[in-house]
Amino acid sequence: MSRFGSFPRRLVHVVIVLFGITLVTFFLLRLIPGDPALAILGSSYTHTRAVAIDSTLGLNRPIWSQYGLFMGRLFHGNLGFSFFYNQAATTVIGNHIAPTIFLIIYSAVLALVISFPIGFVSGLRRGGVTDQASRVFFTLSFAMPGFWLGIILILIFSVHLHAFPISGFGGGLAGHLYSLFLPALTIALGFSTVLVRSLRAATITTLQAEFIDTARMKGVGWSQVLWRHVFRNAVLAVVAVYGVNLAYLISGTVLVENVFSLPGLGTLLVSSVSDRDYPVVQGVTLLFAVLIVAINLLTDVVQAALDPRVGQEIGE
Amino acid sequence: MSAGGTGSGDLSTGDLTTGGMRAAWAASPSELLMKAAAKAASRRRSTVRRRLTLIAGLVMLAIAIVAVLLAPVLVSASPTTIDALHPLASPLTAGHLLGTDQFGRDVLARILYGGRIDLAIAFGATSVTLVGGTIIGLVAGYLGGRVDAILMRLVDLFFAFPFLVLIIAIVAMLGPSIFNMFIAIWITSWVSYARIMRAQTVVAKKQQYVLAARALGYGPVRVMFRHILPNVASAVIIFSMVDAVGNIILAASLGFLGLGAQPPAPEWGTMISDGQNYLLSSWWLATLPGLAVVFVGVAFSLIGDGLTDLLRAGER
Repeated sequence: MSRFGSFPRRLVHVVIVLFGITLVTFFLLRLIPGDPALAILGSSYTHTRAVAIDSTLGLNRPIWSQYGLFMGRLFHGNLGFSFFYNQAATTVIGNHIAPTIFLIIYSAVLALVISFPIGFVSGLRRGGVTDQASRVFFTLSFAMPGFWLGIILILIFSVHLHAFPISGFGGGLAGHLYSLFLPALTIALGFSTVLVRSLRAATITTLQAEFIDTARMKGVGWSQVLWRHVFRNAVLAVVAVYGVNLAYLISGTVLVENVFSLPGLGTLLVSSVSDRDYPVVQGVTLLFAVLIVAINLLTDVVQAALDPRVGQEIGE
Repeated sequence: MSAGGTGSGDLSTGDLTTGGMRAAWAASPSELLMKAAAKAASRRRSTVRRRLTLIAGLVMLAIAIVAVLLAPVLVSASPTTIDALHPLASPLTAGHLLGTDQFGRDVLARILYGGRIDLAIAFGATSVTLVGGTIIGLVAGYLGGRVDAILMRLVDLFFAFPFLVLIIAIVAMLGPSIFNMFIAIWITSWVSYARIMRAQTVVAKKQQYVLAARALGYGPVRVMFRHILPNVASAVIIFSMVDAVGNIILAASLGFLGLGAQPPAPEWGTMISDGQNYLLSSWWLATLPGLAVVFVGVAFSLIGDGLTDLLRAGER
């Protein structure tokens, strides 16, 4: 059996989920009470435009045929027309995608930097200072709304210390890294709660494994044992947790972008709700869901690459 | 329901533990005797501590509920009365313990009255999805076959979306209001309960006591609700506490984004959002309502932690 034995089956599953995602996104527009064409057009309502919308959405046809039309347009990269921006919805979304992707990657990396040392040390020295302090801190941060934490960080670092800007995306790579530090930290702290907990648990379990005793008895130095055996195995156990929670992190970006007024997808989503820009809401929802499917797939691949047992177990 | 259920759960799992212990006794008596005694002692110690955790959480939650319900008794100020002469008074001002906002409204009064909305969402959203998701998971797991396959694909589908994004999208289509927020949470949040409950039911239905009940000729409804549910309910009950933390944060998040409670109604999230505009001059406006969210969130977390060990103590 190959290393990626379960991969084809996984891909079939992904296709089914993607199909389901389009179905949910399609039905979102049906939730609008009243006439969708009227709602989509809003103040830019004219009779000819309404007729045009009726025919693109196929509102006078049976529902399965409407779904067929929706899928047909989707395959041509057409998510509908944003009458608020007077542009194709895909163009509007494309203009807002960069800050969000940047923020997701930035906070995912920052979360690793924060949680790996803390989680590992907490597991090694159970009940130690790091363990106790991190437990108190992360119990609190679990009950903390991410957006509120962001505001507290602004209050400390921007208002009082003047160390970071209150809002904005900045220019150039260095500018982005500087301007997005507080937003990324906000998300990363929330994300770290789960990571620290699971890395701590994984470290404790690994320390009790027999191969650790074997390695010690062979005369391997303690730091070598920690690095080559404990750490690597603990990290392996956390990869799946990391992947699953990366998906939750995306929800965090929506809020944090709004706190720091970043011109990303989350801000676009929320402003589109009040602008009643339904095609954009539909498009952003679809995009986020596809992003999550991609992340989950990537997690599986990484896990299979790091640990040959994973692919085998599922494959058989 | 929950109290009676967990009681019988303790009984049946307790039998299993004794069986396992008897087998261990046979292996190596003296050493295991000492180990078991030490284990029992440490378990007693930790049970006392866990009870304290649970009690602390319950007391905190009770304080929050009483404060919110007795708001008219505790503060004389009205949460919505505008006082143009005393805007942005700082905390500890005479007559305004926590200061006033930009319209001169009393912050303490707004936090207490606003808590009614947030706590109502925490309880209303959590209880409905707990009951609904549990029943769906129970039925899917017990009946199996096509019903199970369809329901679980539906669950997979909901998990493909970032939770917050899907809720925002649904609220966007229905129109922002507290009631539509409830609907959005009800539509999406049952899936976690269904997944947990299904997994438990699939295992439980092969156990002796279920087979015995079926052999006695009991119908599926009676077996599901009188035999399986009481024995496996602890998992969803514990999860509901985590979910309640999530829902209180969600309520505040949607309020913050302007998609939940609408002004001038006081609500913690909208208060934080309003207060962010005055961050440079009046720190208390955005920070204090957030502390209220953290307080209630920690209360639910502690109850969850306490319940986890209390309900699982008998299973070990």
